[in-house]
Amino acid sequence: MSKILIVAEHAEGKLNGGVAKTVAAAKGVGGEIHVAVFAADAAAVAEQAAKLDGVTKVLAVNNAANANPVAAVLAPQIVEVASGGYTHVFVPGTTFGKDLAPRIAAKLDVQQVSDVMAVHGPNSFDRPIYAGNAITTVETPAGTVVATVRLASFQAVGAGGSASVETVSVGAAVPTHTRYVKLEAQKSERPDLQSAARVVSGGRALGSSENFKVIFDFADKIGAGVGASRAAVDSGYVPNDMQVGQTGKIIAPELYFAVGISGAIQHLAGIKDARTIVAINKDPEAPIFEVADIGLVGDLFQVVPELTGKV
Amino acid sequence: MKALVSVKRVVDYNVRIQVKSDGSGVVTDGVKHSMNPFDEIAMEEAVRLKEKGKVTEIVAVTIGGAKNEETLRTALAFGADRAIHVKEEGEVQPLTAAKAFAAVLKKEEAKLFLAGKQAIDDDANQTGQMVAALLDIAQATFASKVEIDGDKATVTREIDAGLETLEVDLPAVITTDLRLNEPRYLKLPDIMKAKKKPIEAVSFADLGVTPAAGLKTTKTVPPPARSKGIMVKTTDELVEALKSKGLL
Repeated sequence: MSKILIVAEHAEGKLNGGVAKTVAAAKGVGGEIHVAVFAADAAAVAEQAAKLDGVTKVLAVNNAANANPVAAVLAPQIVEVASGGYTHVFVPGTTFGKDLAPRIAAKLDVQQVSDVMAVHGPNSFDRPIYAGNAITTVETPAGTVVATVRLASFQAVGAGGSASVETVSVGAAVPTHTRYVKLEAQKSERPDLQSAARVVSGGRALGSSENFKVIFDFADKIGAGVGASRAAVDSGYVPNDMQVGQTGKIIAPELYFAVGISGAIQHLAGIKDARTIVAINKDPEAPIFEVADIGLVGDLFQVVPELTGKV
Repeated sequence: MKALVSVKRVVDYNVRIQVKSDGSGVVTDGVKHSMNPFDEIAMEEAVRLKEKGKVTEIVAVTIGGAKNEETLRTALAFGADRAIHVKEEGEVQPLTAAKAFAAVLKKEEAKLFLAGKQAIDDDANQTGQMVAALLDIAQATFASKVEIDGDKATVTREIDAGLETLEVDLPAVITTDLRLNEPRYLKLPDIMKAKKKPIEAVSFADLGVTPAAGLKTTKTVPPPARSKGIMVKTTDELVEALKSKGLL
């Protein structure tokens, strides 16, 4: 039977929403599902993880060195825990997980499965290649299965569970060659891009930071998160953590508005799983209209404020 | 200080990917290939560090068949001083690649390993981190700013929550993200000069590397197509369409 270890991502005492989706992927494998929380003080996050449906046990690992998530520091501890009979190690496919998982896999001397989008069994998974332009089914060889989970492909499990929490001491020596200095986070009252049910993104056509106000106003009216195309980020209109696309965030909202976005392959790769895509663009030939469920050709500076007034 | 930069030959980013109808993979024969764009950024960063006097020698390394020499020539045109070609005709998965790069890094005693954060063919995003793990050295992935000061590097990383800064001791692995720099256009004299720079050929056996067991791909298919959408003319129609779908 499988025994799966999920590494919890968390910040400021809050469990990352991606963990509930990673649990969903683990449920596809079946067996025991344990979530390990590495923190300076893991109690609060462990309690949140224990509520996730399907989780059978939570391991809390307290260590002052875990105050900030540094892959090189976490990896040896995870490897030690994983050596306790685990068949799988799953990590959310966020920048946290992508940084961390290969470090675990290499230490366990196994190849890693990146961006699992479907689970066929304990050793068979689907994953995207070429920016999602092809989907492969892969089988893992003998040994521990280490994988990152593509969050846009799974629905979060509920929070009605009550797994036991066990405090575990880990003896692995942690390196000091990597030191956390700081995080410049964009504080936002808006819904988080990766978990928002509605997202409005702006592209190069916005033309400036100031003009992004029409996007923010509309998003606030419908309670949406705000994203941007790579072109808008590269032009400096908005910060990089708002980028939606293959090299930014891959999202799966119920409703997605692409405003003034032409629809480069790299952007489309990030929104493939959106339930409904609405495109607003003045160029009727823009490739975004090929994937949009509803398209409107028009000047965004007219259309978007009008929409804000009508919803 | 010596910097090692890994470069990979991939299907050019402008090529529209075709999946073979028998599900055996993606069409790569007869399509344009070029250096992985993230590796170009790694090459550019190495050259800039050399221009700033932080790096004294740049060694480019690739793994693959004969055609990969092209990619090494591109790296040499960017400004690599010499190149190492790990010759291997078959498929090489990240852990095996990482073992080879780690062996080269050790042999060369390089202080810096620069690589793209991922290759745009398999999108694995693993090799750099695995090199760091195998050698028990620091890693700073998804870099958007790199500063070298003596035997330390300060790296700004693009992560989901914003911009994170790490300080790492060298030797270290740094993987590059899009906004680190904009790679230069290669000029003809540099391309000509690159033809005369040395490329050393080595094998996995020379490096003492045994390929790791790999993932087996059993099927490759195109992504599910989206159904054809509708066009509306006015915002009223748009609001109506969204309401009829229960989305507003």
